[in-house]
Amino acid sequence: MSAPPVGAVGREHPRLEGRDKVTGAARYAVEYPVDDVTYGWAVPAMATRGRITRIDAAPALAVPGVLAVLHHGNAPRLTPGVDQTLFLLQEPTVHYRGEFVAVVVADTIEAAREGARLVRIDYDAEPHSTVLTEHHPDLYRPDTVNPGYPPDTADGDFDAGYAAAEVRVDATYRTPAYHNNPMEPHATTAHWRDGRLLAHDSTQGSTPVQATLAQLFGLPPEAVRVIAEHVGGGFGSKGAPKAPVVLAALAARHVDRPVRLALTRQQLFGPIGYRTPTIQRVRLGADADGRIEAVCHDAISQTSTVHEFAEQTAVYTRSMYAGRHRRTTHRLVRLDVPTPFWMRAPGECPGAYALESALDELATACGVDPVELRVRNDVTVDPDSGQPFSSRNLVACLREGARRFGWADRDPTPGARHDGRWLIGTGVAGSSYPARARAAAAAATAAPDGTFEVRINATDIGTGARTALWQVAADALAVPADRVTIRVGDSDLPAAGVAGGSMGTASWSWAVIRACEQLRQRLRDGVVPAEGLTVEVSTADEIRGQRPLARYAYGAHFAQVRVDADTGEVRLDRMLGMFAAGRVVNPTTARSQLIGGMTMGLSMALHEEGLLDERYGDWVNHDLATYHVSVCADVERIEAYWLPEEDPELNPAGVKGIGEIGIVGSAAAVANAVHHATGVRVRDLPIRLDKLLEHLPAR
Amino acid sequence: MRAFRYQRPADVAEAVALLDAEPDAAYLGGGTNLVDLMKLGVQRPDLLVDVTGLPLDTVDTLPDGGLRVGATVRNSDLAAHPAVRRDHPLLSRALLAGASGQLRNMATTAGNLLQRTRCVYFQDTGKACNKREPGTGCAARHGQNRDLAILGWSEFCVATHPSDLAVALVALDAVLEVYDPGGAREIPVAELHRTPGEQPERETNLPRGALITAVRVPPLPFARRCTYLKARDRATFAFAVGSVAAALDLDGDTVRDVRLAYGAVAHRPWRAYRAEEALRGRPFTAELAARAADAELAAARPLPHNGFKVALIRNLTVRALTGLAAAVPR
Amino acid sequence: MRSGRESGKPAEDGRSSPVALTVNGVRHDLTLDNRATLLDALRERLALIGSKKGCDHGQCGSCTVLLDGRRVKSCLILAVTLDGRAVVTVEGLAGPEDLSPLQAAFVARDAFQCGYCTPGQLCSARGMLDEVARDWPSAVTEDLTAPVELTDAEVRERMSGNLCRCAAYPNIVAAIRDAAAAR
Repeated sequence: MSAPPVGAVGREHPRLEGRDKVTGAARYAVEYPVDDVTYGWAVPAMATRGRITRIDAAPALAVPGVLAVLHHGNAPRLTPGVDQTLFLLQEPTVHYRGEFVAVVVADTIEAAREGARLVRIDYDAEPHSTVLTEHHPDLYRPDTVNPGYPPDTADGDFDAGYAAAEVRVDATYRTPAYHNNPMEPHATTAHWRDGRLLAHDSTQGSTPVQATLAQLFGLPPEAVRVIAEHVGGGFGSKGAPKAPVVLAALAARHVDRPVRLALTRQQLFGPIGYRTPTIQRVRLGADADGRIEAVCHDAISQTSTVHEFAEQTAVYTRSMYAGRHRRTTHRLVRLDVPTPFWMRAPGECPGAYALESALDELATACGVDPVELRVRNDVTVDPDSGQPFSSRNLVACLREGARRFGWADRDPTPGARHDGRWLIGTGVAGSSYPARARAAAAAATAAPDGTFEVRINATDIGTGARTALWQVAADALAVPADRVTIRVGDSDLPAAGVAGGSMGTASWSWAVIRACEQLRQRLRDGVVPAEGLTVEVSTADEIRGQRPLARYAYGAHFAQVRVDADTGEVRLDRMLGMFAAGRVVNPTTARSQLIGGMTMGLSMALHEEGLLDERYGDWVNHDLATYHVSVCADVERIEAYWLPEEDPELNPAGVKGIGEIGIVGSAAAVANAVHHATGVRVRDLPIRLDKLLEHLPAR
Repeated sequence: MRAFRYQRPADVAEAVALLDAEPDAAYLGGGTNLVDLMKLGVQRPDLLVDVTGLPLDTVDTLPDGGLRVGATVRNSDLAAHPAVRRDHPLLSRALLAGASGQLRNMATTAGNLLQRTRCVYFQDTGKACNKREPGTGCAARHGQNRDLAILGWSEFCVATHPSDLAVALVALDAVLEVYDPGGAREIPVAELHRTPGEQPERETNLPRGALITAVRVPPLPFARRCTYLKARDRATFAFAVGSVAAALDLDGDTVRDVRLAYGAVAHRPWRAYRAEEALRGRPFTAELAARAADAELAAARPLPHNGFKVALIRNLTVRALTGLAAAVPR
Repeated sequence: MRSGRESGKPAEDGRSSPVALTVNGVRHDLTLDNRATLLDALRERLALIGSKKGCDHGQCGSCTVLLDGRRVKSCLILAVTLDGRAVVTVEGLAGPEDLSPLQAAFVARDAFQCGYCTPGQLCSARGMLDEVARDWPSAVTEDLTAPVELTDAEVRERMSGNLCRCAAYPNIVAAIRDAAAAR
C-alpha cells in the first residue's frame, strides 16, 4: 500500500461534533422531538429481599396526568434472556433494594414523579446479606472472571518461593463500591410503530441493545432500531443494555404512545451497575534488591443473586511483573445487592491499585527506588501465557515519565518534606491494559462527486471515536478528510461492538480501513455509478486469525500530593502520565481521554466511596452532593504524554486503545504519594482525611 | 412532588397571613434546598409563598457600623458587598466557602439559615428519620454517621446543621428581625436553631408562620481580622466535615476578646463559649488555644464513625487562632 | 415541532399558572404546572434541550443557565417564579454566524468529551467571567478588598459547581482563560 497523500491520522483535530455540543444542538437519548410523548418514571423496591405481596396503583392513577402504572401484574410479557437483570416487571421477587418493580407513565414529568411516589407496594421481606467480607460463608470460586479469564492461576510454587524470599510484603487492600456516574443518566425514548420498536438509548453500543430488545420482546432484530448518536458518558455502565431501555419499551407498548424515561441520579446508584467492592491480599517475596521471586494476589468481590458478574481483579498481576512463583485467585459471594458491572478498567483498575501499592511497600522494604524496582521486575515474555509481547514499553514509560516529572534525586524518606502546614510527597505506579479487538462490520460508499460516506455502528460516548474513524477513513481512502463523512451510533448501520474494553478504535478502525481499502480497489476498476458504489466488510475472519501474542498498552503514573497536617486533607499538586499505546490517531482527543482516566483514578483514590448501610442494603450517599467526584478545583495540574510506538502486530491502524489505561495504576500513584508525604499507609480507599488524621503527629 | 398553589404576596404582612392560614404552606426563597427536598418527597407543601419579590433585598450599613442584611439578599450579593468585604469579612469568607457560584446566586440569606440538614437518612424517605417523620427512629444513630454530630445530639437525632453562614453569624452575635402573626420581634441567631432533644422535627425557635425579614450584624471592628476554616472531602463544593469561624483581639499578648464558633458538629451552629472564656484575659499561646478547644470539646460525645472530628476541630481551632494572633499588630 | 403536550392540563385548580418567560430574546406565554422547574419547562415545553439534566438537585451544574444575566441552576428554580424574567441558555450564546469566543475556545481546547456537562459549563463560564469583571471574590481570593485577578486557581474554584465526569477540567480552565484573554 502506498503512503496516503494526506495524512489525517496522527494530527490534532477538534471533534467533529464539537460545534453541536457547544451550541446545545447535539441530541441525547431523551431529547428527540416525538409527537404525543409521555414520561416514564421508574419505581424502586423499598425491600432488600423478598416478594411483592400487593401493589396498589390507585393513588398513583388518581394523580391528574398519570396514564398507567406498570408492574409484574400487568406489564407486557418478556422472554427471559441471558441477563436476568433485564427480566423486568415480570415477577414479584425482589432481589435487592432499589430494583425497579414498577413504572409510572404520565403526560408530564411532574405527574410521573408524583405518581411514582404514590404507588403503594407491600412486601414480604426476607433476611438479607449485603456486606462483603473476607470471611463470608458463601464465598465461592466462579467458573470464569470477566470477560472470560480462568478464576485461578498458578505457576511454580508460590508458598515455597515466598517462604524462601529475603524480603516479604503481605498486605490487604480494600476498595469500596464505586459508582460510574456518567453525567447523562441512563435514559431512553421508546416508540412502537407498526410492530417495530425505535429506541433512542443512552448506551455504549446500540447493536447489542438491538439484539437484546429483539430477544426480550420476541422480535426479529430488523424490527428493532436503536439510536445512540450522542451519549453523555458511560464509563462501562452503559456497556450493556440496562433497565431504562427495557422499561421504556414495556411502557411504550403498554400505553401505545412514545415514552421518555430517564433514571434519576439517585437511581444510578445500583440498578445500572457499579464497581464491586474488593478485598485484595497481595503477597510479594523478593530478594534484597527487590527482584520478585514470588507473587500472590487473592481477590474477593461481590455479585448479586440475579446475575453473576465476576470482576477480574487479580488478572493485572498475572502479566505485569516478574516472579517465578505466581498465584492468583478470585472468590465471589452472591449478596442481596444490585449486580456489579463494568466501570472503567474493571479488574485492572482495582487490581493495579493493590499490586502497585504493594510494589511501593516492597520498594520501601528493600530500600530501592520505586521506579527502579519496577524496572528490575520487567519481563520479556508474558509470565502468564508464556507468549512474547507484541510490544512492551513499560520501562520506557517509567524512565521518560520520571524524567519529565523530575523524579531524580527523590528522597525516599516518608514524612520528611514540609511546605508550611502541608506535608509533601511523590508516588509512582505502573499501568497496563490489554490491547484487544473484536469483530465489526463497516460499509463505505463512493459518490460520483468524489465524496465518500463511511458507516459503522460505532458509538461515540465522548471518546472521540467519530473523529478518529473519520481520520482513519480519510487516510485509508487516500483522500482529503473533508471529502469523507462518517456515520455512527445507529443500529441500522453495519453492526459493531460496544465502546468498551479500550477496543473501540482498534475494532472499528479495522473494519473501516478494510471497507475503505476494498472500495479503493473497486474504484480502480471503473467509474462510480450514479447511485454510488458501496462495499461492506466484516473483520470476523481476520480477527480470528490473529497471531497468539500478548498485546498490552503500558504506562507510568507520577503524582505529587500535599497533606494538611492539621486536618488530614489530601490535595493533588500535580500528576503526570506517560503512556505507550501504539499509534495515536488524534492527539487532541487522546490526551483528553488519558487525562480523564487519570482524574477518575484521583477521584477513586481520594473522594469516591459508596457507603452501604447493612440494614437497608443500599448506598446511603446516593447523590452527587454526598458521593464526591473530583471537581475542577481538585485537578490543579494533570498531564498526559505518550511515546511513539509502532507495533505491527495489532491492527491495521496500529492502535492499542486509551480509554482505560489512564485510570489503571493512577489511584496507586496517589496513594503511594500520600505514604511518601505522611509515612501513613492507608490500605482502604478512599484516603479520606479521617483515615490520616488519627496517624498524623499531634500539633 | 405534590401539586401546590403558588402566591406572590405584596408585602410582609400578607406573606405572614398567607402562611398562617395554611397548615401546609411554606415560604419559598431561593429554592435551592426546598425544591430539592420537594423533589425527594421530604417536604410536601400545598402552598408556596414566594417571598423573593418582597422588598427585603438590600444590604444597609447602620450608623453604629453594624450591618443590616435583608432576608432575600442572595448569598453572592452579600459575599461581594463592599461593606461586607471591608467590615464584616467573616460573612464573605463563610459564604464563599459554601455551595457553588450558581447556588450562591440563588440562595437567600434567611434561606441559608433555615436550610435543612444534609443527613442522608433525612433526605431519603425510605429510611427512618425522626426529623422527617417523628417516631420512626434515627437510622443515622447506628448507621453511616461519619459526617454527623459530636455535640448536643440526642438519641432522637444526630444530624448537623449544614450552613457555613450561620456559623459566622453566631460568632458575630447577629440578630434576626422576624415578623410573625403577633408582630415584629427579634431573635439572636444563636437562639434560632435548637438542639434536637426529643423533637428533632422542631429545628428552630421561630414561631409558626414567622418570616425572617433581616439579619443585623453588630459592629465588631476587631473581627475585620477573622478566619473561616473549613475541612472537607474535596477541594471545594462540599459540605463541611468540620469548620471553625474565629476572630481574635489581642492587647499586647493578652486576649482582649475572641469569637469562636464551630460548624458541622451539632444540630445547630455551635458557638464555643467555653473556649472563648478560657481564652479571654489570658496571654495567647498555641497551647492556650489548644486548651481552650479542649475545654469546649470536653462535652463532645462522638458517634461510632466520627471520633476524628474532635481532633479535627481542635486542630482547626489552634490553627485559626494562632494564625490570627500572628497577624495582629502588637 | 411539538414536544410534550402544549396545552398541559392544569393539575388542579390553582396548581398551574400563566408565565411570561423570555428565553434567548424570545418571549413565551406559557401555562405551567407550578411544579415545573425552569429546566423541565425549557426542555419539555420549549424543546430547548441544550440545558441538561444531570442530577436534578443542583449538585452537578449541567443545567446552568443565565437568569437576568446571572448563572443559576435551572433544575432548582420553579418556572412559575419567573414571570417576566429573561433566561439565556446555551442555545442563546452563539451569534447568528459564529460561535461565541467561549464556545470556540471550548472546541479548540477540547474542553469536553461526552458533551453533556458542556452547555452548563459554558453558561457557568459566561456568568463567572461577568462576576470576575464585577470583582466578586471567591474562596481562593486572598485579599477580599483588592481587585480580582483571574488566575487558574480562581477559574478552578469558580467553575467547581460544574462537574465533568469525563474530567476535561484542565482543558476547560484553558479554554476559559483563552476566552477571557480575548475579551
